[in-house]
Amino acid sequence: MAMQQYQTVRFKLNGRDVERTVDVRASLTDMLRNDYRMTSVKKGCEVGECGACTVIIDGEAFNSCIYLAVWAEGKSITTLEGLLGPNGELSDIQQAFVEEAAIQCGFCTPGFILTAWEILESGKEYTDEQLRKLLSGHLCRCTGYENILRAVKKTMYRRLGKEV
Amino acid sequence: MSKSVGKSVTRVDAYEKATGRAKYMDDLCDRGALVVKILHSTIAHGYVKSIDTTAAEAIPGVVRILTCFDVPDIPFPTAGHPWSTDPGHQDVADRLLLNRHVRYYGDDVAVVIAENEVIAAQAVRALKVEYEELPFVLDVQKAMEDDAPQLHEKYANNILKHTDIRRGNYEEARKEPGLICVEGWYDTPTVQHCHIENHGCYAYEDSGRVVVVSSTQIPHIVRRVVGQALGIPWGKVRVIKPYIGGGFGNKQDALYEPLCAWCSTQVGGRLVKLECSREETFVSNRVRHAIRTHIISYVRPDGTLVARKFEAFSNQGAYASHGHGVVAKGMGAFPQLYPCDNLECDCWSVFTNRPAAGAMRGYGIPQAMFAGEAHIDDICQAIGMDPLSFRRKNLMPVGYVDGFSKNELYHDSFNQCINKGMEILGYEEKLKEYQNQTGPIRRGVGLAVFWYNTAVWPISLESSSCRMVLNQDGSLQFQTGETEIGQGCDTAYSQMVADAVGVPLKDVHVVSSQDTDITPFGLGAYASRQTYIGSFAIAQTAAALRERILRIAHDQTRMPVSNLDLVDGQIVRKSDGRVLKSLGDLAMECLYSLEASEHITAETTAQIKTNAYSFGCSLAEVEVDIPMCKVKLLNIVNVHDCGRLINPALAEAQVHGGMSMGIGYGLSEELKFDEKTGKPLNNNLLDYKLSTFVDHPTLEAAFVENAEPTAPFGTKSLGEPPACSPAPAIRNAILQATGVAIDTCPITPHVLYREFKKAGLIEE
Repeated sequence: MAMQQYQTVRFKLNGRDVERTVDVRASLTDMLRNDYRMTSVKKGCEVGECGACTVIIDGEAFNSCIYLAVWAEGKSITTLEGLLGPNGELSDIQQAFVEEAAIQCGFCTPGFILTAWEILESGKEYTDEQLRKLLSGHLCRCTGYENILRAVKKTMYRRLGKEV
Repeated sequence: MSKSVGKSVTRVDAYEKATGRAKYMDDLCDRGALVVKILHSTIAHGYVKSIDTTAAEAIPGVVRILTCFDVPDIPFPTAGHPWSTDPGHQDVADRLLLNRHVRYYGDDVAVVIAENEVIAAQAVRALKVEYEELPFVLDVQKAMEDDAPQLHEKYANNILKHTDIRRGNYEEARKEPGLICVEGWYDTPTVQHCHIENHGCYAYEDSGRVVVVSSTQIPHIVRRVVGQALGIPWGKVRVIKPYIGGGFGNKQDALYEPLCAWCSTQVGGRLVKLECSREETFVSNRVRHAIRTHIISYVRPDGTLVARKFEAFSNQGAYASHGHGVVAKGMGAFPQLYPCDNLECDCWSVFTNRPAAGAMRGYGIPQAMFAGEAHIDDICQAIGMDPLSFRRKNLMPVGYVDGFSKNELYHDSFNQCINKGMEILGYEEKLKEYQNQTGPIRRGVGLAVFWYNTAVWPISLESSSCRMVLNQDGSLQFQTGETEIGQGCDTAYSQMVADAVGVPLKDVHVVSSQDTDITPFGLGAYASRQTYIGSFAIAQTAAALRERILRIAHDQTRMPVSNLDLVDGQIVRKSDGRVLKSLGDLAMECLYSLEASEHITAETTAQIKTNAYSFGCSLAEVEVDIPMCKVKLLNIVNVHDCGRLINPALAEAQVHGGMSMGIGYGLSEELKFDEKTGKPLNNNLLDYKLSTFVDHPTLEAAFVENAEPTAPFGTKSLGEPPACSPAPAIRNAILQATGVAIDTCPITPHVLYREFKKAGLIEE
């Protein structure tokens, strides 16, 4: 066990080059929360069921709880902290979550926003049914998903320059 | 006086949560904390004979191992109820911190305190427990039999409590010639709250006191329970509640705060953290009571209810927790919702070797509404009356007053809600369209109403305190013991405070965390009480603050108080409407006065001795694939009369969440147990089927706003009500579609296969 228990991981975190020596058994969630204090990365199940720990890795949304920290080597990782503007401005999708009352307890919110961001970055127009499916990797017990769908749709149409 | 109340203002915590800055329990805990892991029993019932800790202790990084042989012998209660000054009305104290007598698969046997999580988990696995196994029982009625395994010494036949309601003479009344008898048994499942943040807490000692930071709905109550469990004065305990990731009643119990606090005291007051895994949350926290209900109704052919019998058997699980209150609340709805002169009602809470059942959104009402509203449609089917006419004829009439709570139905809420729902769903047209279907795919519409009692008076204390502290700029801090758990009460409170004091909304700063050292006493988030109960404390404290401000305004302006007002943060002379000065200028002059310096604050406690009915209904449209035994929910509408809406957007969001939970209750959710071992089978978010994004259609929430006359802002409960009626509405829609009455939820394909086969709709 003592052999190779620690490894140095170099990656880009929210646009900044970082490096840290981590336990090879640590999950990306653990590294981001414990070593970098990215506390928007939430733990709801730690086995990839709830989506609360979602982060963006090289443009794609992942459950960071079932992604080893050492796999982050050379990757570019965005957490919710990375979506905020330099003066604390909310990104469009965050703003839509606020406007549409899509936030209640707030614990699933960071993960949902990041998956929504990935969906929106595709630049495609999706139907409600497609959006529901794309977002279904996240569990929420407060909202019934209704206002989350509204927030994502609203932002999608805004980006496409269309009316909802 | 209303400028903010009634508007869909943005949540006060929206920015913090949208940016991920809102700090929850684990976000606040220092990374140097020792980690506590619990060893849970792997048998459903028995005694721990011995625990061999040798191997675990040898693991480097293990700090301390504590077992059921080490805990103080102080039984304590866990329910999040107010303390009762009547010893006979106090919660059952049947818990120890760790148990030698284990009563369910997952009971707490020992803990490891270690330097980190990995070491703690390894050490838990290295503990060797020797058990003396005892027979166990999972079924509620089997547990009542004379030869059933006994869980607690003092409770014969495992009956924690039995209560009854009698009215008129059931036995005589049912003899009336020509009555039609309708009888049914209805089963509801064990389900779990599934808030996305698991319960967890951390504890440390500070200046000889123990501090617990916890994901709880009830900080002031947890403080008392920690004091009781550790046998220390309550003033030696401080509980802090940060942002919490949902609760739904699970965190309306003292969960692991007492154990975590005790662990800290056993390692010299060092910081220890105890976080539940999802698997532990499902089993070793609390669940919703599975209740089996038996209803017999004697009805005249015209739909008049003549005599009714109600029996409910509530599966309490291994420990009393909220105990009998849950099924008793459900039974309480029965005589009120459809008044009948001759009634025999009984309910039992019964210990079984399952996880302890506690509070969960609706507190006995979702179970009672599933049984009761299913039964109403069964009556309609038996007498050939349509479910809508039957309800219009028999539901609680306007002007009905409950003798015990003194609650009154002031408005025609039921008909107004039903009418609105019918219009949204297109109920009448669909009902007609879906008559006499014969194909394999059939559609149907169903209706169910609910009854819900806001808050807990007169059964328990209702009291709420708040504090308002004026700043130099005329803004103020508002602090209350009532807790924000995601439902939005902090935002609703800020709106009430702005209007009641007379300041702009932007000048109200809500302190969103509770700290029992600082926060005025309040009971917390349960019984859908906070918007109603908290509003009394706000109105009263705002009046006290205004009185003080206007007296100071008099000193500063020499105008009589009777000619002064505080409007939108300005001191106004009433006679001509002139603004004399801003509240900020008044506060500055007052605070820094060399003659008469005052810090302008107000703090009061409101005791509330009223209560309010909250009503509504669900209407559902389903499509049933008979050969596939599948139900697709096509449309669902909830309509609520929760009085005046404080914040319509948040109210709507609240209803969506409750509907989603109600849909899961009706169609998919059940925590299952292995009959042979008592082991939970699906205690994870993959195998336990709570509603996901693709499991329901658009959720329609609508309101009828009849101002509640007893409350300062005309509001009443909305937190729990949305979860109460979706399941029976879906069930009744399936009945309309297929003619098959399903008496069990969740209505899974397994249940439908059994019932469709019985009804001859499908072959073997």
